[in-house]
Amino acid sequence: MIKKETSALNRIWKFFTSVRLTVILLLSLAATSIIGTIIPQSGTSSEYFHKYGEFWYKFLSFFDSIFDIFDMYHSWWFQILLLLLTINVVVCSIDRFSATLKIIFIKVPPFNVERFRRMKSKKEFSDNRTPDQLERIYKPLISKGFGYTRVEERENGFCLFAEKWRWTRLGVYVVHLSIIFMLLGGLIGSIFGFEGFVNIPEGESTKSIRLRNTAKEHILNFEIKCEDFDISFYDTGAPKEYRSSLTIIENTKPVIKKDIIVNDPLRYKGINIFQSSYGTLPPEEVTLSFTSRETGMEYKEKAAVNRPVDIPEDLGTFTIKDYRSSAGFKGHNIGEAFIGVLESKTGNNTNILLPLRFPSFDKMRRGDVVIAVASHNHIYYTGLQVTKDPGVWVVYSGFILIIVGCFITFFMSHQRLCVEVSKSGDKSLVMVAGRSSKNKMGMQRKVGIISEKLAKLK
Amino acid sequence: MNSSNILSVTTFVYGLSAFLYILSWVFKKQAPGKLALWTTVFGLAGNTAGIILRWIESYQLGIGHAPLSNLYESLVFFSWTIVVIYLFVEKKYKNRTIGAFVAPLAFFAIAYASLSPNISDRIQPLIPALKSNWLIAHVITCFIGYAAFAIAFGISWMYLLKKKDKEGKSQLLDRFPSANMLEELTHQMVMFGFLFLSVGIITGAVWANSAWGRYWGWDPKETWSLITWFVYATLLHAKMMRGWHGKRIAYLSIIGFAAVLFTYFGVNLLPGLHSYGAMGQ
Ligand code: HEM
Repeated sequence: MIKKETSALNRIWKFFTSVRLTVILLLSLAATSIIGTIIPQSGTSSEYFHKYGEFWYKFLSFFDSIFDIFDMYHSWWFQILLLLLTINVVVCSIDRFSATLKIIFIKVPPFNVERFRRMKSKKEFSDNRTPDQLERIYKPLISKGFGYTRVEERENGFCLFAEKWRWTRLGVYVVHLSIIFMLLGGLIGSIFGFEGFVNIPEGESTKSIRLRNTAKEHILNFEIKCEDFDISFYDTGAPKEYRSSLTIIENTKPVIKKDIIVNDPLRYKGINIFQSSYGTLPPEEVTLSFTSRETGMEYKEKAAVNRPVDIPEDLGTFTIKDYRSSAGFKGHNIGEAFIGVLESKTGNNTNILLPLRFPSFDKMRRGDVVIAVASHNHIYYTGLQVTKDPGVWVVYSGFILIIVGCFITFFMSHQRLCVEVSKSGDKSLVMVAGRSSKNKMGMQRKVGIISEKLAKLK
Repeated sequence: MNSSNILSVTTFVYGLSAFLYILSWVFKKQAPGKLALWTTVFGLAGNTAGIILRWIESYQLGIGHAPLSNLYESLVFFSWTIVVIYLFVEKKYKNRTIGAFVAPLAFFAIAYASLSPNISDRIQPLIPALKSNWLIAHVITCFIGYAAFAIAFGISWMYLLKKKDKEGKSQLLDRFPSANMLEELTHQMVMFGFLFLSVGIITGAVWANSAWGRYWGWDPKETWSLITWFVYATLLHAKMMRGWHGKRIAYLSIIGFAAVLFTYFGVNLLPGLHSYGAMGQ
């Protein structure tokens, strides 16, 4: 014989069957997870430096170099905790599973009358009819509420056993299996999936996206074209909808067209494209208006960055130098603006700010000419999140399993009922008792209800 | 009368019901107990009417959406679920002393919503990220879970008080259900809450996946809901460990509810480098 107790493998197995280990692991996971909610995760060094100052930055960086506290949910030690929990739940479930199967797949469920008789919660009453009469009226009622019933005849009466929902003992395995599904699905996603983003100006298309974690380029098998981007607002100024009209182009042929909005992505060949952000590109050409102070005349001229425009009436030369999507003026964000230089005839240079939102802004300067942007064609770019996660269906299966499993485990139980009837004088003595694998109080109530029903039965 | 008025009135009705429950417990009187029950039912009617009316009002404003989109609305719904579950427990277990420990929680939730100057009761339009049916499923399930945990929290305190008084001298504690029953009730509530918290986290994950393309991102709110889930999973397993009955389960249930509160309110206090969701809040 092999000495089971001493083999190392067996000791490891025993270690992992312990529910104490589960409790320790779950509490450790709960406690350590807090770290990553206090220290912001996956920031850049300069962000951390900015936030914590030099001393604490160095201090935390030191910890980060060993414990990855700046990306703790992907750190070696957090992954080890998850791995230990997985082994724990697998080993523990396997360890008990065969015993549970034996209990469930039994041809003739055993009943031990003694155990029912010993129960404190049993109910007893007497009835004037004979056991034979009672058997005939009790049996249909009991078998209505229970899947399995069996009557054992006794010398002075009978014993009616009933039970249901034996299989619900499997519920807890479904719950534990669901944990495996979710962790496995997460693993599949992190190995075979990616998460990237791309900005596409209206009218343009691309195959190349940038991965979020590594900032590396990733080439897709198809092109994404942004036909159009639209943003709409509520009266309050809050954004109402972001909408990108996308076309997927494969081998130069368009294969799918779809408008995506937040919460309604485009999915193609396992790759998901989400509306995630947007921005504006500098307009390529704008129409400027020049209003002369002396004559009051307004002149309109087309202009572009670094293309000087001669202003009529010899008012000078204006050149757009730059475009800002959000310009600042005296500490305020005044939105999109052009920045240009006005060179007067005498050779004086003046910097000029032209916010798109405030056309009369330049009046404040009180120059010889008021410059404004009369019209411009707006080009948006759409910011798309592009992801692939082949593990997501495994995770979702886990979601369904845990809901079903928890429901079974929490709200259903293996219930057994025993009704014993014995002759006593010219009366019958009836005992009703019940046991359940869960929710003992519920079963007690049920026994009470059943015994009242039986006592009243005609 | 608009929904905010009705909900303000409801706040006072819930305050009265909490007061009556405590009165009936302390003075062992049936009359205030009965009155407390009917006050609560009346408050629930107001609470329900307030929620429905707010829903209708949002449609009248042309921005129709279920009233589950901000802190005010979620708190109002939170106290609604606490009261509904509590009334169910009172009916089933026929003991009103629990009301003295639970009705105040429903009152605090709605009072915080109605009275805090930091919480706006304006009906706001939905930002794009919140326009999803998953959001509704997510908020409803989470708050049913939170409400069950809130009730477990109240009952756990009762359990600890009851256990403190070993000789059973205190008249006040005599009116509590038995310690066994309190323990069993805590367990029932935690199981119920655990199922709904799980569904809440899941619907949140599915929603995140449909809005941002990832079902889990370890952002502080998500992480704290997971921490809460770990605490209650611990509780469910601790019951199977020898020596972990009774008090320690009650402590875990109290810690669990503290985690719930932190998930709900505390997360906003945490520092962050990024704002949540690229086009988010
Ligand atoms: C996050 C991970 C886990 C979750 C969510 C989970 C969930 C559950 C749930 C909901 C129950 C039913 C509790 C009840 O009946 O009230 C349960 C029971 C149980 N769990 Fe877990 N569990 C996890 C991990 C583990 C691990 C790692 C082990 C390993 C030892 C384990 C061992 C058990 C055992 C032995 C039972 C009792 C089964 C029975 O009643 O016969 N669980 N678990």
